[in-house]
Amino acid sequence: MNVPGMDWSPLWLTMQLAGVTVIVLLLVGTPVAWWLACTRSRFRTLVEAIVALPIVLPPTVLGFYLLVALGPHGLIGGPWKDMTGSALSFTFSGLVIASTFYSLPFVVQPLHGAFEAVGKKPLEAAWSLGASKLDAFFTVASPMAVRGYLSAVVLGFAHTLGEFGVVLMVGGNIPGVTKVLSIAIYDHVEVLEYTQAHVLSAVLLIFSFLILAIVYTINRRLPIHVS
Amino acid sequence: MNRLDARFYIDYPGFCFDVACTVPLEGTTAVFGSSGSGKTTLLRCIAGLTRVPSGFLQFDQAVWQDDAQGIFLPVEERRVGVVFQEARLFPHLTVTQNLKYGMKRSNPSLRRIDFDHVSELLKLEPLFERRVSHLSGGEQQRVAIGRALLTSPQLLLMDEPLASLDQQRKKEILPFIQKLNQELRIPVLYVSHDLQEILPLANHMVLLKEGKVAATGPIQEVFSRLDLPGLVESNMVGAILETRIVEHEPQFGLTRVEFLGQSLFLPQQALPPGTPLRVQILSRDVSLVVGDPPATSSVLNTLEATIVEVGESPSDQYAVEVKLDVGCPLLAMITRKSLQQLRLRPGQKVHAHFKAVALN
Repeated sequence: MNVPGMDWSPLWLTMQLAGVTVIVLLLVGTPVAWWLACTRSRFRTLVEAIVALPIVLPPTVLGFYLLVALGPHGLIGGPWKDMTGSALSFTFSGLVIASTFYSLPFVVQPLHGAFEAVGKKPLEAAWSLGASKLDAFFTVASPMAVRGYLSAVVLGFAHTLGEFGVVLMVGGNIPGVTKVLSIAIYDHVEVLEYTQAHVLSAVLLIFSFLILAIVYTINRRLPIHVS
Repeated sequence: MNRLDARFYIDYPGFCFDVACTVPLEGTTAVFGSSGSGKTTLLRCIAGLTRVPSGFLQFDQAVWQDDAQGIFLPVEERRVGVVFQEARLFPHLTVTQNLKYGMKRSNPSLRRIDFDHVSELLKLEPLFERRVSHLSGGEQQRVAIGRALLTSPQLLLMDEPLASLDQQRKKEILPFIQKLNQELRIPVLYVSHDLQEILPLANHMVLLKEGKVAATGPIQEVFSRLDLPGLVESNMVGAILETRIVEHEPQFGLTRVEFLGQSLFLPQQALPPGTPLRVQILSRDVSLVVGDPPATSSVLNTLEATIVEVGESPSDQYAVEVKLDVGCPLLAMITRKSLQQLRLRPGQKVHAHFKAVALN
């Protein structure tokens, strides 16, 4: 596609951000979801509420707190700066951390639901067959929760693609570093470059539609029905 | 003989589970009781799937749980096979993969059960490539039994494995479970509330009532106890005899079996001569004759018996249960009138006439 004055870098940056964020989300979200599905701790409801917060909070509020936390004197940014020498705010790494918080409920909730649907019974069978707890998680619980993983990956990815407020607060608008698709579209509209805004919006729309269509199709055909 | 020693105590709200029992590690031990008696809890404690805060479990020389010393061996290290009421097969694996799941995780030097032997025993081969969701309930349970056996367990725990199947499927699976014991020599703990499953299978029995052990011992002895009134229909069972088929008399539709050197007749069986056959006698099918039996009688089965004791009948206030010794215990339910007329007393020699039914 050849549009004069078109800068494609926000598109690649967005894809990179969403991809890396989804990987981090799976690494962080899976243990949290597993803990929620297994625990009887009284802190369970508190953790559930904290994980769900980004759904109800205005992105600017979340973004504001993250900006403070990721800054050179913040809760996360401070130690990070001591270790690496640079702050987290207005960097790609900072964006990944912010997106992880922002999209966490969209990964944890489907996984939590899927793990609960698998239940304890198949795991007890696996343990009695000599599988360790970790072994049973990877060879029984995870494959049986495959639909949950699929939903988690897609929702986490799509939700990160579309974020605006948090990114603007934490990442600013640095071309090639933190200028993602949604912000680029906003910029184009600001200066009345409707053609570029149209192209980027259409790309995002078609991509989002395709990915959802593919997921729903795969989901229908998956062999495992955990009820 | 190797033994399993178990003591578990937990005070649930409204239910106190307090079980102490010793079970021989050979043959099949039935854990029997009505629902809510704590059977499944006992099995889960032995498997290590439920941990009561105060428990002791010793398998032969190995201590699996001793909370006084803080010992608790997790289920995956106990080498027990568990067959649950629902088959609990893994839906994302094929039948073969399910069967090999535990086998692959077992220690190769401790494997003593052969894949081909188990598939032949349980007739699993036609199922190998099938998806688990396409199996019938009975087929699923057969795969689950095979899967547990292939870990070469030291003990096989079965928690009402037939309860979710219909009568037809039960009849299909029961012979497989009977064969397990004879061919593989793995001790089995079999939980059930159904007498008809236990009688053909069990050698030993733990009878649970409201979370406590009401009786335990060899199955013949438990069923001949007169002090268990009200416990299920246990007193209906007069005796369980271990016999062997001698010959068939097809012209009369009868099979002759041998019991302690004496002949008994049953309705004709399909099994070949030489096969061991477990025979049940109902206590109401036994009648007693004092003195020599009449030379001519239509009754085919007669055993010499010595009266051991006389007790109340739980089911009929005008009847009594007489406990006899015929080489093994035998209960006879007779009327109070007969008891008085025959002046029966412990130590007396009588003849027991009865009808026998095969259990296999």
